[in-house]
Amino acid sequence: MTPELGLFALILALAVALVQGSVPVIGAARGKPGWMAVAEPAAIAQFVCVAVAFGTLIWAYVVSDFTVATVAANSNSTIPLLYKITGAWGNHEGSMVLWVQILTLFGAAVALFGRNLPPSLRARTLGVQAWISIGFLSFTILTSNPFARVFPPPADGNDLNPLLQDPGLAFHPPMLYTGYVGFSIVFAFAVAALLEGRVDAAWARWVRPWTLAAWCFLTAGIALGSWWAYYELGWGGWWFWDPVENISFMPWLVGTALLHSAIVVEKRNALKAWTILLAILTFSLSLIGTFVVRSGLITSVHSFAVDPSRGLYILLLLAVAIGGSLLLFAIRAPVLKPGGLFAPVSREGGLVLNNLLLATAAATVFIGTLYPLFLEALGGGRVSVGPPFYNLTFVPLMMPLVLVMGAGLLLPWKRADLAGLLGRLKVALALAVAAALVALWLYDGTPIMPILWTGLIVWLVAGTLTEWAERVRLFRAPLAESWRRARLLPRSAYGATVAHLGLAIAIAGMVGAGSFKQESVEALSPGQSIDLAGYHYLFKDVERVQGPNWVADQGTFEVTRPGPNGAELVTTLQPQRRFYPVTRRNTTEAAIHTTGFADLYAVIGDPAENKAGAWVVRIYQEPMVPWLWVGALTMMLGGLLSLSDRRLRVGAPRRAVRAPALVQPAE
Amino acid sequence: MALRVLLGALPLAIFLAAAAFFLWGLNPQRDPSEIPSMLIGKEAPAFELGPIPGADRPGLATADLKGHGVTLVNIFASWCIPCRAEHGVLSKLAGDGVRLVGIDYKDKPADVLKYLGELGNPYERLGADTAGRAGIDWGISGVPETFVVDDKGRVVYRHVGPIAPNQVDDEILPALEQAAK
Repeated sequence: MTPELGLFALILALAVALVQGSVPVIGAARGKPGWMAVAEPAAIAQFVCVAVAFGTLIWAYVVSDFTVATVAANSNSTIPLLYKITGAWGNHEGSMVLWVQILTLFGAAVALFGRNLPPSLRARTLGVQAWISIGFLSFTILTSNPFARVFPPPADGNDLNPLLQDPGLAFHPPMLYTGYVGFSIVFAFAVAALLEGRVDAAWARWVRPWTLAAWCFLTAGIALGSWWAYYELGWGGWWFWDPVENISFMPWLVGTALLHSAIVVEKRNALKAWTILLAILTFSLSLIGTFVVRSGLITSVHSFAVDPSRGLYILLLLAVAIGGSLLLFAIRAPVLKPGGLFAPVSREGGLVLNNLLLATAAATVFIGTLYPLFLEALGGGRVSVGPPFYNLTFVPLMMPLVLVMGAGLLLPWKRADLAGLLGRLKVALALAVAAALVALWLYDGTPIMPILWTGLIVWLVAGTLTEWAERVRLFRAPLAESWRRARLLPRSAYGATVAHLGLAIAIAGMVGAGSFKQESVEALSPGQSIDLAGYHYLFKDVERVQGPNWVADQGTFEVTRPGPNGAELVTTLQPQRRFYPVTRRNTTEAAIHTTGFADLYAVIGDPAENKAGAWVVRIYQEPMVPWLWVGALTMMLGGLLSLSDRRLRVGAPRRAVRAPALVQPAE
Repeated sequence: MALRVLLGALPLAIFLAAAAFFLWGLNPQRDPSEIPSMLIGKEAPAFELGPIPGADRPGLATADLKGHGVTLVNIFASWCIPCRAEHGVLSKLAGDGVRLVGIDYKDKPADVLKYLGELGNPYERLGADTAGRAGIDWGISGVPETFVVDDKGRVVYRHVGPIAPNQVDDEILPALEQAAK
């Protein structure tokens, strides 16, 4: 009975969405406050309905109700409770419910926290949000019903894909979806603004917190996914330029551009059409991502069960959502009046450059991801695009970006004095050049890229800290005065500083891991050892261990390092090769020891084919990888700091007061 | 103003173009995981395999693929279950006059003799690839795999996995016709 309740709740949510998508929008067009006021309770009701459905679905997994087809296909009575729960979204149907749940969560959040928005904008935004809900709820109900029953029910389920039986499944998809579905609200704001026909500083101020929130989650989601792949797949890599990774990365790049261009709209009332376009594109790329992953368009390590009818349905949704919003943009954008003027060397100029580089980078990833499809469609055969392409195109775009970033926070609005700017940055510049020279000497004989990057990273850190030091008048005023100023700096300023430093840390991780990774693959018998990067890995033995729903061969490695008093023990690594009897699949569980500057990474593979008693063993030395996660976390922290700035919660500019100066012609 | 209108419409135009590609990509005939062979359009790799001891068929070498008309090269093994499934399809093709040769991949002579004794032997020539070396040269990802080779010894088509009966009309026969041109 309960699964039917879940389906019923989904249908009810669809009905509510139909009301929310029509009544408030008509009300806004006709100026009827009563009609517009329908939006908020509807958004909350929709959220509650989907929550009931989602809860019911999780319940079906918790109690192992194998009469439900998706439970029978993706769960089992023997798996631990955590994976029963997370298994609810570890498949196509369930993950759609999670998708819609997060969509409605943002709708409800706007209803609850959007009290400062003008009623017509709020009504339209929630209306547009409801249109997206209608599309995805109907998709879920019609093509991907997670509550469909199966008769006769199997005695036990087929088990969750063993690769997904990891705590990562509890965090990665919800975070990632919160990120990219979160951009739906920004999209809804943009479409609502186009419908209203006005975009101004107030609009940018309202949109910014939502963009920031979605961006923080997306950053965390991508980093978690990368971390998960790193420790679970056992390939010792953290980013593979896999189509599905790229698809989550494109909204991040464009979303980052949006985050910055919205500042220009807010402060200078310029770049309005461009910002609206970015808002539309960020979510459009999320939608395209959903489409590509679920239609089987491109092969990838993450594929859902492929069904062409689903693909067609989502393509239709894309055509309506993206095509419709871009059509509206094409009609309305030319009439948006260009705003404030600025010189090329200025804060605006820097942000324009940031936007151009990020947009080009996103375009590069887009082309790289879809090129195989385009070429195949034009009869050019099948190819795959891998890391060499991105190293040649994407990486060089990031270099000027970091170069501008180092100086970016110091640039004043409107017009900057280039000579003066360089004067203020002379310390940073000297440090960067010195760092590059030290790197040249240290990594004797390595390629040029890590050396350039070392200089750029130091430049970014030094430039960012210079700006902070100037603002608090460090060493120019008494320390007490600097301390007072440091405490008074708005949190949004700290947000930018921290996020930029986070990026520097993450880049250090990427460059280190990309340039100095070492690996050794050998067939080892117990008692033999491998020496790698100054560490001695003694392969002690392999034993059979039994888990709740798997058995594993667990290797034990004693890792030592030469010390002043003989070899000193660093750590003991115990990688496993697990076998899940229900699905008859193997997974590798890498063992990782981090020193802070590097990870020691061990994987045990199959018994060696032509050497009795030996095992295929892979040992990786992964320099700087921990910095990647710390960097991503720091970026997210920067975003949250900025989000907590009280300026975003109170004192938002009131349109009525400033309207005479800023208002756009309605048509 | 005209420029702004054009620029405003540009994103829509790009999206529509991409959407057209997406629509094409949804074509149910298309399998994105299908792996094309590096060999298509090129000469078959150089290999020379002796006969299977005890089988009444000669061995197989690159030279046997030239000047004998269109040839179907099937790579199989007695331990491979899908090979068993496609055996009937291959036998029917051979019975219809298609020249069929086989490469027995990583197999024991006794096992393959039993396999052929049980199911029949449709192959004109049979090479014993005991070490799996020829399989590597042909770039196979598993067994069975089947290649269509034209009269000049050039690879025209690759089929990965067992040939299902409906794939004979849809894929194999057109490839054979193309090779005969």
